[in-house]
Amino acid sequence: MTVALILTVILVLAIAGYVVARQRAVASAQGNIRVLHSLPNYYGWYGAIMAGLPALLVLAIWLIVQPMVIERQVVGFFPSDRVESDAARTLIMADVRRVAAGLDVAVERGALSADQARDIRTEFGSVRDRLATVGVALGSEVTPQVLQAAQRSRELSATGALWRTVLTLAVALAGFAYAIKVTNRDFRARNQVERVMLALLMLASTIAILTTIGIVMSMLTESMRFFSMYPWQDFFFSLTWSPSFQGNSALGLAPLLWGTIYISFVSMLVAVPIGLFTAIYLAEYAGSRVRAVVKPLIEVIAGIPTVVFGLFALVTVGPFLRDWLAQPLGLGTSGSSVMTAGIVIGILNIPFISSLADDIINAVPQSMRDGSYGLGATKSETVRQVILPAALPGIVGAVLLAASRAIGETMIVVMGAGAAARLSLNPFEAMTTITVKIVSQLTGDTEFNSPETLVAFALGMTLFVITLGLNIFALIIVRKYREQYE
Amino acid sequence: MTDATVSGLPDARSPGKSSLLTQDPLMKRRNAAEARFKYFGIAAISVSLIMLGVMLWTIFSDGVSAFRQASVELSVTLDPERLDPEGDRSVESLSKVTTIGYGNLLSSALNDYMTERNISVEGVTTRQVGEFISRDAPARLRNMVLADPDLLGQTIRFSAFASGRIDGYIKGRVTMESAALDSNITPEQLQLADRLIEAGVLKTTFNWRFLTNPDASDQRPESAGLGIAIIGSLYMMFLVAIMVLPIGVAASIYLEEFAPKNRWTDVIEVNISNLAAVPSIVYGILGLAIFINFAKLPASAPIVGALVLTLMTLPTIIIATRASLRAVPPSIRDAALGVGASKMQTVFHHVLPLAAPGILTGTILGLASALGETAPLLLIGMVAFVANYPASPLDGGFFDPATALPVQVYSWASRADPAFIERSSGAIIVLLAFLLVMNVIAIVLRRRFERRW
Repeated sequence: MTVALILTVILVLAIAGYVVARQRAVASAQGNIRVLHSLPNYYGWYGAIMAGLPALLVLAIWLIVQPMVIERQVVGFFPSDRVESDAARTLIMADVRRVAAGLDVAVERGALSADQARDIRTEFGSVRDRLATVGVALGSEVTPQVLQAAQRSRELSATGALWRTVLTLAVALAGFAYAIKVTNRDFRARNQVERVMLALLMLASTIAILTTIGIVMSMLTESMRFFSMYPWQDFFFSLTWSPSFQGNSALGLAPLLWGTIYISFVSMLVAVPIGLFTAIYLAEYAGSRVRAVVKPLIEVIAGIPTVVFGLFALVTVGPFLRDWLAQPLGLGTSGSSVMTAGIVIGILNIPFISSLADDIINAVPQSMRDGSYGLGATKSETVRQVILPAALPGIVGAVLLAASRAIGETMIVVMGAGAAARLSLNPFEAMTTITVKIVSQLTGDTEFNSPETLVAFALGMTLFVITLGLNIFALIIVRKYREQYE
Repeated sequence: MTDATVSGLPDARSPGKSSLLTQDPLMKRRNAAEARFKYFGIAAISVSLIMLGVMLWTIFSDGVSAFRQASVELSVTLDPERLDPEGDRSVESLSKVTTIGYGNLLSSALNDYMTERNISVEGVTTRQVGEFISRDAPARLRNMVLADPDLLGQTIRFSAFASGRIDGYIKGRVTMESAALDSNITPEQLQLADRLIEAGVLKTTFNWRFLTNPDASDQRPESAGLGIAIIGSLYMMFLVAIMVLPIGVAASIYLEEFAPKNRWTDVIEVNISNLAAVPSIVYGILGLAIFINFAKLPASAPIVGALVLTLMTLPTIIIATRASLRAVPPSIRDAALGVGASKMQTVFHHVLPLAAPGILTGTILGLASALGETAPLLLIGMVAFVANYPASPLDGGFFDPATALPVQVYSWASRADPAFIERSSGAIIVLLAFLLVMNVIAIVLRRRFERRW
């Protein structure tokens, strides 16, 4: 039976479980549902859960485990020196899978009988040609080992499929029978159903944890592979970045890190003053009508996808800066530059800083303002000498969060900063960042066994650590100084 | 208080020195600082709004023209001798005529028309006249004939896209000066274009095919469209919605209503707030390593994109959902528990329905941000050139290669021909239209169902 069919059968059994268990519960109370422990539907749900859930679990585990077992069996057909490295094993397994799939198609189309497919040998003629007649194209001639392995894997998956069906359906039926057996008027169905629901809710909340583990593990293992091919001292301390796919690359982090920091710095120069003044004006000066119009408008900026900002940097800001600043000043001839990317990221971050700062300023108690006004201070003096110091920890936190966003920003730098890795102070020169290089090393057809590709994972790890560090630092600052006025 | 000295203070009694009506120099300075401070605020707001305005204006002015397209409308006689050399009208023999044959047919149709109407410009060869017609038109005509061989021998009206440069001339992107420097077009051809516009053969119309066509190669920007990108984005949004909503709501309910306060839930909480701030590209790396390299899902497929975007939006959705669950007052829970509901019944029968509008609003906004996300999709291969529409979801379309709207914006922006910048901006207009609709829905939901307790 195919997986889809098994799923359908399980579903039917679950529905049957619902109906039968519910009826049985009602019948055990002679139709007077007030003597039941739970509402009738809970008995139904219990039946459905018992018929469906364990069977689905068994099926899921089977689907994950079976390919692994088969691969293990099949690898035995090859001399151990050919399957030593991971890459070679992947290639061979891909071959085996392709031939096996080809045999399946051939049987399906009637070009081979099931027996022929099982017994076909390379000695009797080209398997490749026979498969080609039914439209299965194979890259190279099939070797005897591959063919045998493919046949073995077909055999195993056929047996596996049979046992899969038997086992899952048996579990489903057993669950069904158990649910029917325990269902009577005193059975605490609601408690059981609620326990399952609680388990599902708990499971959902651990997905966040699994995501983090996934991020860390995937980057850690690939970074380890990278550092086994390329010395870590060179990665962290070398000052040149010049990957070449022929090998012999210099993969130093420094120029990328410098570009990232420089661009983020420029962006903060734009975003912090503008964002802060926007927040101060909106919180302290603007009337409610101005606020009602301006605040949403500023937040529109935050809702625009970053690729739009990227195009803006590429088409408008870059050429503008080049023609009006860089070339007249003799500082550069490139449209993509630190300034271009920095200014545009700064604009992107304005609403982020202003809305965070706005909240923080509004959280400063009114009594402090009143006290300051009562002493004769003007509004600006109150803001500078009372409100800002009071709100400072929160604002520093907001600025750090914005910095972490600027460091992790990708599309704007990909489109506006350039691809040349260099250590330079000239803000009108093209420079590159960690994120740009992650994108450029990982897009296109890449094999995951050269340091030039794997370096992207080490870069990703670096980026993750930096942004995580900034976030945690920001959260600590905000938590430590929060609500000190109450 | 009474024995406080007043010696350090300015003499309040001396008349004229400090009046409420005239400002002393110190007060003037302070008032000037006050005014400056206020103007800084106004300037900051103006700068951000002007930047927003300039950005939207440049993109709209660049992009609107992508929705209009110059095309050449011709009477084409589908000559059986040229299109069906074997004369049996079977699909096999018709397929032997390549698009080059159809191209020649279209080219000669335009040339014939010009001789008939006596339109000519010095120095334009017949081959250069043929270059007026997009390379995509012969293929379209060929498909028409293959689909309906009865057309052979008839004379039909056929509207062919004008080539990218001619289109650019009509839209003002290509000028006589730039044409003189361009190897793909000559100023004489542009003069001819003027004559053809006068004759009414060359005209611009609304370009539906910008929304339906697949992407096209570098040589024919005029026929590049957003069809696959829109389908890909819709597939992903659908998948993200059906994955993120149940998981996000379930996780939020657990954390907000059931979770005991212990170390484990603390870890989850800190984790979620940190995940919300992880750069999106890191999720791309995760998707590449886990879903493509480890789980062997096909690259460029909407299902992989949707999984990555789900993980990415999950923290934001959980944060929004928890806020709306928290906004339901405890009295509701107390009342339900008081009449004998279980904790689970309280949550699912009373709290969740009351929090639903807020949850939906948060989810739609989360989807909107996922729709605009580009960087992680680049890493899982959605930037690849896709020429075939993905199948319908029932035929496994979620596993077919596709691309997405924001990725299409990026891949067009990185091509050399400036005609693609127009397309790229046009794609942004479509993307922003989708985002606008989603945000309006969210705002309406919030307005309509918002409750104050």
